[in-house]
Amino acid sequence: METKTPKKKPLAPRVDMPCQPAEVRRANFEEVALGYTREMAIEEAKRCLQCKKPLCVSGCPVEVPIRDFIREVSLGNMDAAYRIIKSTNSLPAVCGRVCPQEHQCEGKCILTAKGQPVAIGRLERFVADTYIATSACEQVTGTNSCALPRGDLKVACIGSGPSSLTCAGVCAAAGIKVDVYEALHEPGGVLIYGIPAFRLPKNVVATEINGLRLAGVDFHLNYVGGRTVEVEELLETHHAVFIGVGAGLPTFLGVPGENLVGVFSANEYLTRVNLGRAYDFPGQDTPAFPGKNVTVFGAGNVAMDAARTALRMGAESVHIVYRRTRAEMPARLEELEHAEEEGVQFAMLSAPVRFNGDAEMRLKSVTLQKMELGEADASGRRRPVAIEGEVFDLPTDLAVVALGTRSNPILLDATPKLKQNKWGYIEVNEETGETSIPNVFAGGDIVTGAATVILAMGAGRKAGQEIVKRLLK
Amino acid sequence: MPTPILHKESLIPGKTSKLVLDAPEIARKAKPGHFVMLRMTPNGERIPLTIADTDAENGTITIVYLVMGKSTALLEALNVGDAILDVCGPLGHPTHIEKKGTVICVGGGTGIAAMHHIAKGHARAGNKVVGVIGARSKDLLLFEKELKSFVDELLISTDDGSYGHKGLVTDLLRDRLKKDKTVFEVVAVGPVPMMAAVAETTRPFGVRTTVSLNPIMVDGIGMCGACRVSVGGKTKFACVDGPEFDGHEVDFPELRRRLAAYREQEKVSIDDYQRTAHGN
Ligand SMILES: Cc1cc2nc3c(=O)[nH]c(=O)nc-3n(C[C@H](O)[C@H](O)[C@H](O)COP(=O)(O)OP(=O)(O)OC[C@H]3O[C@@H](n4cnc5c(N)ncnc54)[C@H](O)[C@@H]3O)c2cc1C
Ligand SMILES: Cc1cc2nc3c(=O)[nH]c(=O)nc-3n(C[C@H](O)[C@H](O)[C@H](O)COP(=O)(O)OP(=O)(O)OC[C@H]3O[C@@H](n4cnc5c(N)ncnc54)[C@H](O)[C@@H]3O)c2cc1C
Ligand code: SF4
Ligand code: FES
Repeated sequence: METKTPKKKPLAPRVDMPCQPAEVRRANFEEVALGYTREMAIEEAKRCLQCKKPLCVSGCPVEVPIRDFIREVSLGNMDAAYRIIKSTNSLPAVCGRVCPQEHQCEGKCILTAKGQPVAIGRLERFVADTYIATSACEQVTGTNSCALPRGDLKVACIGSGPSSLTCAGVCAAAGIKVDVYEALHEPGGVLIYGIPAFRLPKNVVATEINGLRLAGVDFHLNYVGGRTVEVEELLETHHAVFIGVGAGLPTFLGVPGENLVGVFSANEYLTRVNLGRAYDFPGQDTPAFPGKNVTVFGAGNVAMDAARTALRMGAESVHIVYRRTRAEMPARLEELEHAEEEGVQFAMLSAPVRFNGDAEMRLKSVTLQKMELGEADASGRRRPVAIEGEVFDLPTDLAVVALGTRSNPILLDATPKLKQNKWGYIEVNEETGETSIPNVFAGGDIVTGAATVILAMGAGRKAGQEIVKRLLK
Repeated sequence: MPTPILHKESLIPGKTSKLVLDAPEIARKAKPGHFVMLRMTPNGERIPLTIADTDAENGTITIVYLVMGKSTALLEALNVGDAILDVCGPLGHPTHIEKKGTVICVGGGTGIAAMHHIAKGHARAGNKVVGVIGARSKDLLLFEKELKSFVDELLISTDDGSYGHKGLVTDLLRDRLKKDKTVFEVVAVGPVPMMAAVAETTRPFGVRTTVSLNPIMVDGIGMCGACRVSVGGKTKFACVDGPEFDGHEVDFPELRRRLAAYREQEKVSIDDYQRTAHGN
């Protein structure tokens, strides 16, 4: 083991992360990015300047002590590094893979200005993966045995996405008994049904969840908040309730032909493939619609995931159709590049006008309107404007609409006392995460609208800390 | 949580059975019109089935199914003492029920079971309930005895004339509507062509007509949009906005086409199952 202090080589290039070759990976659901080796991690960690005032930390919504964990990595102390990360981040193997690091920690890193930032996400992933293979118990408690929850303090979490999992982890670590209620038959939220395995392997999520189980968190699956059980009923049996139901209701384009056979929401397409594991049909019973010429509408991470999934499901061509240009695409750069390498094509400056079908109402083509970029709008992005008369047809038999989601009405309708904002999301106290119902907290996409894993976790952590404070006081 | 099967009754051998499930948490909440999502095996697909009856006191719900493809075949293979891997619910909006006069409840095929729960709700609310049920032949008729125990009148038709009126439920319905002006609503549950025909039959009479739609579903909780149907020119999600809608507004041809979307895969699935299940 090395003992000397890390060398400072600020201008050394970032250590690349090995990936499956594009030609190979476009035909399988194995993880694309293979992760650092120990040597690579140590080399990359040594690039960190160990700043007195680390800016990177201010970019992290859950305030991982980034500088400190990187120092341990550079010294080869992976255990210590893991404990440091885990002190504030309950799902590091997930975050290391899916966080938009370029806009968060890495975006703030002092080295960004001088060249390339420290690859914080890749290091986090390396540390988490090193540990994930060892002991699930340790992940939660840092010891070989798990803390036993006190039977008298109980918290309920509704939904099992990253916000609820984090809230559950914070409470469980304090010895509080947690019940998680999830409507689907598998826990994990978007991490399981939305983000494909080639970006976030299912066993990574399952291992993190198993760690929570060992810490005494009970998962009640096929259990719908607002249906099987109501929030008010949970309040009778639990001291506090956390609502992390996400914002899963898909939105459509509102153009003619959208209900043709072959037009899907990204949620349906991805849920069939990920949750239903349709890539293994007929070994698995859930089928996915077969598409030869696939079009995907939207340009965020969800659109990239759908497009890359379609390639892996055997499509001959996949086009992402977007009203603006590559520069305005909201997807993570790494995912956009991976999609390009794999052969996803881009129909930029094009907007769908209508879907066209045959006599059996099966999708045959989409009519697109050519656009150009006009003046900047309120968001600062140049607004796409239709070019008069320039419309054309793109043949397609499978279209995926990936335009974002809204709040799901099931729990909200059943809980009229829960105050909502004008967009239909739950209103909470910024400081505590508490809703208009005392001791009922909420966080994640159901509060912010569709956002990120790490913001959902930040909200779950804040609420969890508040709950712990109240219950243990 | 696995849900034990307490009672199984074969209604049409090999095709349709009635199961009583030990599901106290669902039974406590279930109302007429609600459905559940089920999964039979770890590799299985989630499928929707209507709650055909509930017993809150004993904590049970009843489901009745028609064996269509692999998932319902897997369900039919289970017996008393077995458990269904996943049962999730109750889902959907319950039937809108208030005391208003005479309601005609029309059921076809397996839909009679779901209709029966709705009819029961109306009878309990104090409405006069006329049941109209139909099937291809006498041996395919369900729930006659159960319905007779609480409806005010039961009219029966069979396509082949083996029992009751020879012809379609819509014949009986039309006759009835001509004679009876107290009918405030017609409810229809059954195959898509039957519900479409009922809606066309009632349209000239201007009687409110409620149909319970059965599009393909994935999650059943408003997350995927698989279940979308066009109602009055607007897109609705059957699992959260329905499954009951105004029959006069539903685009039935679209529903029929969307139900056939996975026809080829469904065939692969059942062929594969039959091959492996019969060991060759
Ligand atoms: C395809 C896709 C790709 C994405 N890629 C990224 C990425 O790369 N990086 C990133 O940071 N973010 C990404 N996101 C966004 C990120 O996944 C979400 O912001 C995050 O998961 C929100 O977490 P959450 O805890 O609020 O809820 P969710 O993850 O949405 O989980 C909510 C859970 O609650 C359950 N539920 C809903 N209603 C009920 C109810 N009534 N009762 C019980 N359970 C209920 C749902 O079934 C679900 O399991 C992506 C999203 C999608 C869809
Ligand atoms: C709200 C709702 C309530 C329902 N209640 C009942 C019920 O009480 N009893 C009952 O027998 N059936 C009911 N159905 C239909 C039932 O869900 C399907 O028969 C079942 O999903 C078929 O699955 P499978 O794997 O056996 O067949 P598959 O192999 O999936 O399909 C075989 C055939 O069934 C059709 N089909 C597929 N999915 C559905 C579907 N969701 N609805 C209708 N047809 C479908 C296909 O077009 C195909 O022809 C209901 C459907 C909905 C949406
Ligand atoms: S800002 Fe960059 S260089 Fe400074 S401590 Fe953080 S990761 Fe290291
Ligand atoms: S079944 Fe998914 S939205 Fe209705």
